[in-house]
Amino acid sequence: MGSQAERYKSGVLPYAQMGYWDADYEPKQTDIIALFRITPQDGVDPIEAAAAVAGESSTATWTVVWTDRLTACDNYRAKAYRVDPVPGAPGQYFSYIAYDLDLFEEGSIANLTASIIGNVFGFKPLKALRLEDMRIPVAYLKTFQGPPTGIVVERERLDKFGRPLLGATTKPKLGLSSKNYGRVVYEALKGGLDFVKDDENINSQPFMHWRDRFLYCMEAVNKAAAATGEVKGHYLNVTAATMEDMYERADFAKELGSCIVMIDLVIGYTAIQSMAKWARRNDMVLHLHRAGHGTYTRQKTHGVSFRVIAKWMRMAGVDHIHAGTIVGKLEGDPNVIKGIYSICRDSFTKKNPEQGVFFDQDWAGLRKVMPVASGGIHAGQMHQLITYLGEDVILQFGGGTIGHPQGIQAGATANRVALEVMIKARNEGRDIWNEGPQILAAAARWCSPLRAALDTWKDVTFNYQSTDTADFVPTATPA
Amino acid sequence: MRITQGTFSFLPDLTNSEITAQIQYALDQGWAIGVEFTDDPHPRNFYWDLWGNPMFDLKDAAGALTEVTACRRAHPQYYIRVNAFDATRGFETTRLSFIVNRPTNEPGFQLKRTEVGGRQIQYTIESYATEAPEGRRYE
Repeated sequence: MGSQAERYKSGVLPYAQMGYWDADYEPKQTDIIALFRITPQDGVDPIEAAAAVAGESSTATWTVVWTDRLTACDNYRAKAYRVDPVPGAPGQYFSYIAYDLDLFEEGSIANLTASIIGNVFGFKPLKALRLEDMRIPVAYLKTFQGPPTGIVVERERLDKFGRPLLGATTKPKLGLSSKNYGRVVYEALKGGLDFVKDDENINSQPFMHWRDRFLYCMEAVNKAAAATGEVKGHYLNVTAATMEDMYERADFAKELGSCIVMIDLVIGYTAIQSMAKWARRNDMVLHLHRAGHGTYTRQKTHGVSFRVIAKWMRMAGVDHIHAGTIVGKLEGDPNVIKGIYSICRDSFTKKNPEQGVFFDQDWAGLRKVMPVASGGIHAGQMHQLITYLGEDVILQFGGGTIGHPQGIQAGATANRVALEVMIKARNEGRDIWNEGPQILAAAARWCSPLRAALDTWKDVTFNYQSTDTADFVPTATPA
Repeated sequence: MRITQGTFSFLPDLTNSEITAQIQYALDQGWAIGVEFTDDPHPRNFYWDLWGNPMFDLKDAAGALTEVTACRRAHPQYYIRVNAFDATRGFETTRLSFIVNRPTNEPGFQLKRTEVGGRQIQYTIESYATEAPEGRRYE
């Protein structure tokens, strides 16, 4: 590039020449780094495509503007600095782009995402674009509140340690009257679950007004706590049309003594951050159901990967997030899910391309998010669930509790016994991955609800090909 | 009723060798074992009495079981639990907590309902046992 005058001559310049590509750029500690998977249109050079993504997600427009020269514009230009072909995917490229911290407002997911996933996703020279991962600098993380409660404090409040928590979603998800709905909650909690949950689309419909639901559910929660001597909870979904409505519902939940409220991802990033602040102010655990995410996280070539959503939600501040089951009915490649769980639970997440994690991420003391595994899981998979997902997780058996042939309490008991017996065996040093079925069968000899659960669901599996998989395969290491 | 606090309350009461195995697991993780007892099993009674400080330098599970046994001898009709404390950054909390002793008779809890404005009810959970003063609750 020649003189400044030449650079700012009116007209159109390739993005790479406008300063959005710099192969020698060394990202600063304070830069935000985004990794995009780009699929350029035929004939578009990948480096120019990467520069265009950097440009369109920061300062550029389609033509040269002289007003750039009123600013420290080089500072504000995002810089694509590395483009690698995606292994085994011709026509796709991983492109690394660094953004200066000054491009972003402190503590605002809305502002961060307006740049990173703003206009650029509709940009014509690209066939498809996917945000695969981000490195958030400590300096920026420190401007976020993060989870109002976090795994450690949640466990201390609930007085539940050493095992995954157990939950269930009330079924049928729509149509029950409040009184019948509360019955399901009571039975499941008394039988041994820690939590029951509203489903994502239970708000305030003609068959069940929200206040009625809250009142009956709290009767169920307290009655079950008295019957067992344990802290119990029900995620009261406060998702509503406006912030005012959500605050009203959340305040009522608090007034009734609930320890937890719930929101859906579809309420939007700003509403989530508002509820996170409300939850911190009111000593409330905040559960997030990821309703809607599959529309943009599932396909590998276009959208936003769920690991990025999980990062944003840890920053925005939720205590629970649905993050995949691996073995259940919903999308979940084992490696990708492990990567997402690391993002929720680590103090420092290490780069691990085999799990889709492209950057080291220091979480700067931000509290940890409890991942939730929900959807098509049952007691017979307990050894697999614990092996894959570990201990700091909520296992939610909705159908696997309520559909039990001996009733809801029996369904809950089956799940709790299966869980405790498997944790005990693991701690005793047994190989639960291989011995799991025998361990369950042995417990089923003295626990008839568990026996009935195993008989009912023994052959239920959901073996389908995953869509969202990691691009780097583990290389076999010689023994 | 049977209070189901703790990691293994849905299982048959653990034998001494099963307790030792769990303690050994905790020690292998680098956690410190503490023994606590109470006659107030309210689910939000967070501070059970300490049977001495957590045993930070203990390496041998048998030693911890000796403390469990001594605590049982002193308080046979109390709830006793074994806790494992993890000092690792990012945790710094209890990682395992299970009941190893219970009173013969567990009367459970009363749910008290106070009707307030509208259809609202305020709930209080009270242990039947704690109507008697401390130390005379499970005689």
